[in-house]
Amino acid sequence: MRPSFDEMQATQDTVREHYRSYQRWLSQQPPDVMRSRREEAEVIFRRVGITFAVYGAKDEDGSGTERLIPFDLIPRVIPAHEWHEMERGLRQRVTALNRFIHDVYHDQEIIKAGIVPADQIFKNAQFRPEMMGVDVPAGVYSHIAGIDIVRAANPDGSGTYYVLEDNLRVPSGVSYMLENRKMMMRLFPDLFSEHRVAPVAHYPDLLLETLRAVAPAAVNDPTVVLLTPGMYNSAYFEHAFLAQQMGVELVEGQDLFVRDNFVYMRTTQGPKRVDVIYRRLDDDFLDPLAFRPDSTLGCAGLLSVYRAGNVTLSNAIGTGVADDKSIYPYVPKMIEFYLGERPILKNVPTYQCRDADDLHYVLDHLGELVVKEVHGAGGYGMLVGPASTKQEIADFRKALEANPGGYIAQPTLSLSTCPTFVESGIAPRHIDLRPFVLSGKTVQMVPGGLTRVALKEGSLVVNSSQGGGTKDTWVLEA
Amino acid sequence: MLSRTADHLFWMARYMERAENTARMLDVNYQTALLPQSADAAEKGWKGLLSISELTGDFAKRYGSVSARTVMDYMVSDANNPSSIRSCLMAARENARAVRGTLTTEVWETQNQTWLEFQRMVATGAFQRDPGAAFEWVKFRSHLSRGVTVGTMLQDEAFHFLRIGSFLERADNTARLLDVKFHAVDSEYHGTQSQSQGNGKDVEYDFYHWSAILRSVSGFEVYRKAYRNVIRPEKVAELLILRPDMPRSLAACVNEVVANLRMVANEQSSETLRRAGRLRADLQYGRIDEILATGLHAYLTQFLDRVGTLGLGISRDFLVPVEG
Repeated sequence: MRPSFDEMQATQDTVREHYRSYQRWLSQQPPDVMRSRREEAEVIFRRVGITFAVYGAKDEDGSGTERLIPFDLIPRVIPAHEWHEMERGLRQRVTALNRFIHDVYHDQEIIKAGIVPADQIFKNAQFRPEMMGVDVPAGVYSHIAGIDIVRAANPDGSGTYYVLEDNLRVPSGVSYMLENRKMMMRLFPDLFSEHRVAPVAHYPDLLLETLRAVAPAAVNDPTVVLLTPGMYNSAYFEHAFLAQQMGVELVEGQDLFVRDNFVYMRTTQGPKRVDVIYRRLDDDFLDPLAFRPDSTLGCAGLLSVYRAGNVTLSNAIGTGVADDKSIYPYVPKMIEFYLGERPILKNVPTYQCRDADDLHYVLDHLGELVVKEVHGAGGYGMLVGPASTKQEIADFRKALEANPGGYIAQPTLSLSTCPTFVESGIAPRHIDLRPFVLSGKTVQMVPGGLTRVALKEGSLVVNSSQGGGTKDTWVLEA
Repeated sequence: MLSRTADHLFWMARYMERAENTARMLDVNYQTALLPQSADAAEKGWKGLLSISELTGDFAKRYGSVSARTVMDYMVSDANNPSSIRSCLMAARENARAVRGTLTTEVWETQNQTWLEFQRMVATGAFQRDPGAAFEWVKFRSHLSRGVTVGTMLQDEAFHFLRIGSFLERADNTARLLDVKFHAVDSEYHGTQSQSQGNGKDVEYDFYHWSAILRSVSGFEVYRKAYRNVIRPEKVAELLILRPDMPRSLAACVNEVVANLRMVANEQSSETLRRAGRLRADLQYGRIDEILATGLHAYLTQFLDRVGTLGLGISRDFLVPVEG
């Protein structure tokens, strides 16, 4: 593994251009001031209730299961020209992915063209035959996409951004992007007068605009709701936050019912029709009549209303067919196929273990590769070769040999590092970035995204469920 | 507004109000117990408190004998007692959390902060060290909760359901308090004539007894101001039942319930509104001598029934509609 690319330090003694003024400021801050700022941040996060629920976990007194996601005080800074390029790449990529989903559920040109093998789609558990031939407003399926991007070092010391993963189902984390910024402005107002940091606070506005834009065509003034699994879901804070910021109802499945092929919510003034459902619930739980019959989180009959075009689900049903790790390797070709353009953002080279040659290579190089379950998420079910013991590798080898089609492998990218305030002081920690891309009538996004940081020294796993934290993300205006 | 949202708001306000009233009753008993009275009277007070909340049986099963320490533990921090201050504050906070998007940031943070601080106070032993100060704290958190609601929330349905919850709960609590305290004096209170004309000791006891009731509803100074007279039981009853200008009286509470109910009325709520209006009229045109003539206990039992029915009606009409 090469040494990592550091976002702030070009070399040990030189600071990158876009971090210079921040670094100057940081070097003048006494450590105890930073420490007390961090405590202040924790108190505020607790009082505001910006927490996530941990399933099965209990606090000392056995009551609460709410945890804070650690917040790091040192921002991740992205210069304007880099963001500009990334934004173009994201727009292109998400547009192509939406075209792909539409194609999968209509004419399947990409299969006919021999670009994506048919069984990669039809044998995919996320493929929803119920969606075949269903037309969705504006032909857009993934209205809210979270694209995970990392930066890895090149031999000459420069860095390159790679897309690590597309999240096209129910990506979360945007509330932390917004709250982190609010917190930074509260803790360090002076920094914001010295830096031209592009604002992100209008995200809920863009989101509402996007959701309204994809309402069923016949509806003039659509009623938008946000469907949550409830207050014990780990992302409940985000659901409540976004609903409040957009001024829409936060509903649970029990609040909805279907009558005469329309969806209604139960209100104190009687039933009220619902036109757009921003659902933060997986496909499987949406409608017990169509999917998991034991689900009490959804609304019976929803699918049939949806198929009739009388309600919009956001994101659409069946988007998972495009963000699966086994489909990921085909995204650059999709961009060429649908848009006739060269991909702007790079994919990480990927070995598909379903392919005999690739599998052979992967088995020979387990110690160097990252191997991921095709359907895994949240940092579970993966092997990071260089960080694993012989035993772990041997165990994983067995799992891989038993079901090669269930895995892909990638070279271990050394994610870039960013200075982070940890117990021992300021030290580099690995980070990634999740920008949120909104697609309605147009494709829009706010500058930046959520930066996640692996707080354990050397760790490459940034997921909050695995001890990751977050940082504010600054896109500096030129 | 979503029915479920209205339900959470209604209960958030009810639980907060209940926490306050529990703190009030505990505080008064705690203060009274500091007076040089017999152990018997003190025990009676603690027992009365349990019976107000209909918890006598549960307490006996789990704690056995009644003492200031055990009753306070049970009513303050016992997680298995659904009426303890702890349970009420937690339920208020959980209900708030379920609809935090409907509340203003200030209302939510107040509710959340109350729960976080309460846990800290219990953990650090603040309640045991100075119960008086701790009860005062609960009262003020409740004042703050109501104040921040009135001061920051749009006066829409959400606001009205919060108000209905507060005042329905308060009406219930005031009625229970009256019932038990008058019970403590006599098995059935019918006005002064049935009381022993007694010696100086009894008069003194009475003063402390009635003034304790008044203090538990912040009514001692109000009584003096309203009647400019010595403290007499029938006047205490009148103040707490019929005076519309006494903020914790049954009349004042029902007035608020009716006013807020009118603001949220829907197609199916006419019967509930009728019942509420009738209850209000009974209080508006009622007289204390009539009430005492029928017997206070009977009157209050009937009142509690009617408030309970009102609660069920509100629930059925607005909060958990059966279909559509």
